[in-house]
Amino acid sequence: MTLERTIGLLFLLFCCLYGYTAYVGMDHLLPPILKRAPVWPSSFPKILSIVGALIAVAVIVSSKPSEVNSAESGIDYRRLQDYKFGQALFLIGSMVAYALLLRPIGFIAATTLFLAGGAFILGERRYSLMIPIALVGTIVVWYLVQEILGIFLSPWPRLF
Amino acid sequence: MIEGISLGLATALSIKNLAMVIAGCLIGTFIGMLPGLGPMSIIAIMIPVAISIGDPSAALIMLAGVYYGAIFGGSTSSILINAPGVASTVATSFDGYPLARSGKAGKALTVAAIASFTGGTIGAILLMAFAPALVSVALLFQSPEYFALMVVGLSAIAAFAGSGQVGKALMMTVLGLMMATIGESALFNAPRFTMGIMDLQSGFGFITLAMALFALPEAIFLILDPNRSKTGDGDGSGKITGLRISGSEAREIAPVVGRQSIQGFLIGVLPGAGATIASFLGYAVERNIASPEDQKQFGKGSIKGLAAPESANNAACTGSFVPLLTLGIPGSGTTAILLGALVALNVQPGPRLMIENPEIFWAVIMSMYLGNVILLILNLPLIPYIAKLLAIPRNYLIPFILFFTLMGAYIGQNNATELLFMTGLGVIATVLRFAGYPLAPLLIGFILGPMMENNFARAANIADGVSFMWERPMTLGLLILAALLVFMPSFRARRQAARKAAAGD
Repeated sequence: MTLERTIGLLFLLFCCLYGYTAYVGMDHLLPPILKRAPVWPSSFPKILSIVGALIAVAVIVSSKPSEVNSAESGIDYRRLQDYKFGQALFLIGSMVAYALLLRPIGFIAATTLFLAGGAFILGERRYSLMIPIALVGTIVVWYLVQEILGIFLSPWPRLF
Repeated sequence: MIEGISLGLATALSIKNLAMVIAGCLIGTFIGMLPGLGPMSIIAIMIPVAISIGDPSAALIMLAGVYYGAIFGGSTSSILINAPGVASTVATSFDGYPLARSGKAGKALTVAAIASFTGGTIGAILLMAFAPALVSVALLFQSPEYFALMVVGLSAIAAFAGSGQVGKALMMTVLGLMMATIGESALFNAPRFTMGIMDLQSGFGFITLAMALFALPEAIFLILDPNRSKTGDGDGSGKITGLRISGSEAREIAPVVGRQSIQGFLIGVLPGAGATIASFLGYAVERNIASPEDQKQFGKGSIKGLAAPESANNAACTGSFVPLLTLGIPGSGTTAILLGALVALNVQPGPRLMIENPEIFWAVIMSMYLGNVILLILNLPLIPYIAKLLAIPRNYLIPFILFFTLMGAYIGQNNATELLFMTGLGVIATVLRFAGYPLAPLLIGFILGPMMENNFARAANIADGVSFMWERPMTLGLLILAALLVFMPSFRARRQAARKAAAGD
C-alpha cells in the first residue's frame, strides 16, 4: 500500500474516532436549556466527521501511485536512499530535548547546547568555532527578544 | 477612493511605518535568499515580532514587506546560484541563471527587479480598483452567505490544487477544520476534544501550526537532502557588475511585463492558484507567443523569459490580497498566515475592514507600493553584499533555522509544551509532504474553521435549522458553485480518460 493510501486510511480512522466523540461523547454534557437551540457544540463536528470520512474513502479508492508531483513538493524520490534520515531523527530528538530542558536549565544554557549540538550532529567538529558561535547567537537572540521585543525569557536555570 | 489613498499614504509614510517597510523588505530579502526558507516560513517566524509591535497597521505593513522581500530574495538566489528558495521563483531560474552564467548577472537582477516592481505596482493599482467594488458586493452578505462563501473558498483552494490532488487537498482542509474545533470555543464556552490534556484547553496556537506545517518540514528537508542547502552551482558573489539595461531591452520587455502583470494578478485573485502557477503560466504563455527567433532564446538567457515569471509572481502576490482584504478569506498559505496575524491583533478581517479600519486597509495597499519602490532602490544596490551571506555553512544554518522555528512557537505562547506539539506536528507534516499532500489547505481550514462554525451557527439559529442552505438563493447558488468546483476536475479527468481510451481503440 502506498504512503498516500495509508495516510488516507489513518485519516478515515481519525474521522471515525472524532465522529464517535461528537455523536456519543458530547451531547449528554449539554445543559437542557441549550438542547433547545438548533446548533449544539457537536453539530459542526458531526458534519465534519461525515464529510471527512467520505473524502478519505474517495482518496483511498481513487489514489494512484506516481501522482505525487515532485516539482511541487521538491522531493527527489529517486535519491531517497541518499537522504540523511539519521541526522534528521537526531535533530528532531534534540528539539524535544530543548523543549524539555528550556525551563529547568534556562534559555542561555539550553539554546547554546542546542545550537552547538545541532552543528555537531550535522558533522561540525571544530569546537573552538562551534561553541563561540552558539554562545554569541544565543546571547544576541536573547537580547533581541527580551530587550527589544520585551518578551520575557528566563535566562538562567530555575533553582527550585 | 482618493480619500482612502491619502489616508493610506499618510499612515504608510509615517516614520515608524516606513521603517517597518524597510525592515520587512530587508529581512525578507535576506531570509528569502537562504535555501529552503520560503515566504510562508519567514512570515510565520516574524509573526510574534509583528504581534509584539501591537499596532495592527505597522505589523501588517512589516509582514507585507517581509512577503515581498522574501519573493525578491528567492528570485535573487534563483538567478545567482540556480537555487530557487521558493516554488514561485523556479521559473525565474530558467532564464535568470543562464544570464548570470554568461556574465550578465547584474543585468538579470535589474530585469528581475524592474519586472517585479512593475508587476507589484500594476497589481497594487488593480487591487485598489477591484477591492472596493468587491467590498460593496460583500457587504450585502449575511451569515448564511458567509458560511457558503467560505465553503466556496475552501473548495476552490482544493479544486485549483492540481490534477489528482483535489481529494487530498479536501482531506487536508477538513483536517484543518477539525483541528480548529479542538479546545474551548467562544461560541459554546465549553472545551471540546481536549482528551483531558490541559494544554489543549485553549486549542492549537496558529503560529505553532504554521511553524509545524511550513517552517519545520522545510528545515527537515534541508537536513535530509544536503543538495538542497548547497549554495548552488556558482559562488554567487563578487561578480555582479553592469546593473544597467539598455533602452532597446527595456522596450523589449515592456509588453511582456504589462501582459504578465495583469494575467498574474487575475490568477493571484483566484483562491488556491497563487504565485507559482502564475509564474509558470506566465513563462509558458510568453514563450508561446514570442517570435521564432525569440523562442530559441528561452531557456538560454532570454530577458523576456526572465521578465515574464517575475512580473507574474509579484502581481499574483498582490492579487492574493484581494480575497483576504475584501472577504476575509485567504486564498493561499501566506495570506492565511497573514489572516491569522490579523486575528491575533484583534482586527476582524472581512468586508467591514475597509469601513471600520480604513487606515489598515489602505495603509497595507500603499505599503505594497512603497515596498516595491524600496526593493528597487534599496535592495538592488545591496544585493552583491547580501549575496555574500549565502555562504553560511549548512552546519550552522540548519540549527539556527530550527532554533528560530522553536522560538517562533515559544514566544507567541510562552509555553514549552507548545514546542513539543510543534515538533510532533512538524514530523507529521513532513510525512504528509512525502506523500504529496498539500499543507496550505490545512492551515487555511484551521484559520477559517472558527469563523465558518460561527456563521453556520448564527445562520442555523436564525433559520431554526439548516433550511437556510436551500431557502436563500444566494446561499444555494454559492453552495452549488462549491460542489461544481469540487467535482469538475474529476469529471474532466474522466472525460479525458474516456476520450483517450476511444482514441486508443
